[in-house]
Amino acid sequence: MADAVTITVNGAPVTVPAGATVAAAVALAGIHTFRRSVSGEPRAPLCGMGICFECCVTIDGREHVRSCQTSCAEGMEVRTDA
Amino acid sequence: MTDRAFDILVIGAGPAGLAAACRAAESGAKTAVMDENPRPGGQIWRASAGRLPVAAQPWVVTVGKQGVEWIPAARVFAAPAPGRLAIENAEGEFSLTYRSLILATGARERFLPFPGWTLPNVMGAGGLQALVKSGLPIGGKKIIVAGTGPLLLAVAQYLRSRRADVRLIAEQAPRRALARFAAGLPRHPEKLMQTAQFAWSLFGVKFLTGCWPVAAAGEGKLESVTLRRGGRTWTESCDYLACGFGLIPTTELAALLGCRIGTAGVEVDELQRSSVEDVYAAGEITGIGGVDLAVAEGEIAGFAAAGQPDRARRLFHARAAHRRFAAAMTRAFALREELKTLAHPETLICRCEDVPLGRIHACSGWRDAKLHTRCGMGPCQGRVCGGALEFLLGWKAESVRPPLLPVKVASLIGTEPGEEAS
Repeated sequence: MADAVTITVNGAPVTVPAGATVAAAVALAGIHTFRRSVSGEPRAPLCGMGICFECCVTIDGREHVRSCQTSCAEGMEVRTDA
Repeated sequence: MTDRAFDILVIGAGPAGLAAACRAAESGAKTAVMDENPRPGGQIWRASAGRLPVAAQPWVVTVGKQGVEWIPAARVFAAPAPGRLAIENAEGEFSLTYRSLILATGARERFLPFPGWTLPNVMGAGGLQALVKSGLPIGGKKIIVAGTGPLLLAVAQYLRSRRADVRLIAEQAPRRALARFAAGLPRHPEKLMQTAQFAWSLFGVKFLTGCWPVAAAGEGKLESVTLRRGGRTWTESCDYLACGFGLIPTTELAALLGCRIGTAGVEVDELQRSSVEDVYAAGEITGIGGVDLAVAEGEIAGFAAAGQPDRARRLFHARAAHRRFAAAMTRAFALREELKTLAHPETLICRCEDVPLGRIHACSGWRDAKLHTRCGMGPCQGRVCGGALEFLLGWKAESVRPPLLPVKVASLIGTEPGEEAS
């Protein structure tokens, strides 16, 4: 098993330790806004345990995926709200 | 995954769930333990960089050795029939049936809103710890830890061990309440040791009692936090605010099953039986009480569910001691009234639907608020705003309906009564 995994976040490659979550990868990519709220506010993870839904991003085309509860897999394509 | 049947099904693989599954399986029952996370441990025993905390390891090893079925990354979303739960995982939907069910669904943090709390990098205390354990880089970052409870010390200690610059710990409880609590510690020697260990590892970090955040500010993300202590208000710059005001039991599944829920949590008898036949509850969901109490309750529930009440009874004395400690903790870290003024009328309470306090204040209760403002109608189903509104306005959570969390339409269709799962 590889020690590191490489995914893309908004098109740019990010390498993380194996087992790291997508939320960690997005932070490593220097991105602070994970999603925009209904009134356009920037939002990022709050609870870290899958109940607040603030960490939702689009993974491999699937929207509203909680990044704090998703482990990175090689080649994953992650998109955050602008 | 196909539908499966078990003698004993444990929901939640934190301390209570792991202890329950071990004791149930040791007694010969066909046991499964399920968790929404890919790895066992729950919150307090969450693995960091692939390694479980030392306290968790013997339980996880025993669970493996006893042949307990481990069902990871799966969530219960409905209870379509007695003895049956509807579950969703990445592959889809399936059912599990049981003779006895042990609920060990743990707790979540209570968030109290204040201006700026929705900024990126304002997180729960346990929330930031969970994210760092999952790979969030924190070395060299300035952190303020705030809110209430022993969790703040554990989080500060952990973040420091990951080379974060923990600037200060702001505990809302007044000093005299903590002094009273500390005076009672010698009655619980392991807790006294733990406290001494915290003091040692947090040497040099400012620990302020009677102190709480009143605002967070920044452009697009957190840049500074304003704190209050007595008559003094000041602002400190920081990269992350780890802020949680205590813990709330995760009782939604228990409520869905019809278990009686009291003010502290799910009501249980001395053998951890709920008011619903064949349904047990253990750990934080019966009342916030810490890891030692959770393990004791889990063991009792596991023995009891497996038909070994005598082995369960041998743990009553230890459980009583842990409950005394838990009661002292609850008294010491009670939320002070001033915290009810942190949220202003324009402060968002519901983050899913962006509803400010002012609009909610105009409503007569939960139903009114849901209908008129959509507060509580978003994906979190009131789990974040509910804790705040219970403290701010005394609003109690209403009856729970399935699905317990947002699920795929395909999963809902799969559980229509009388229909074959496709």
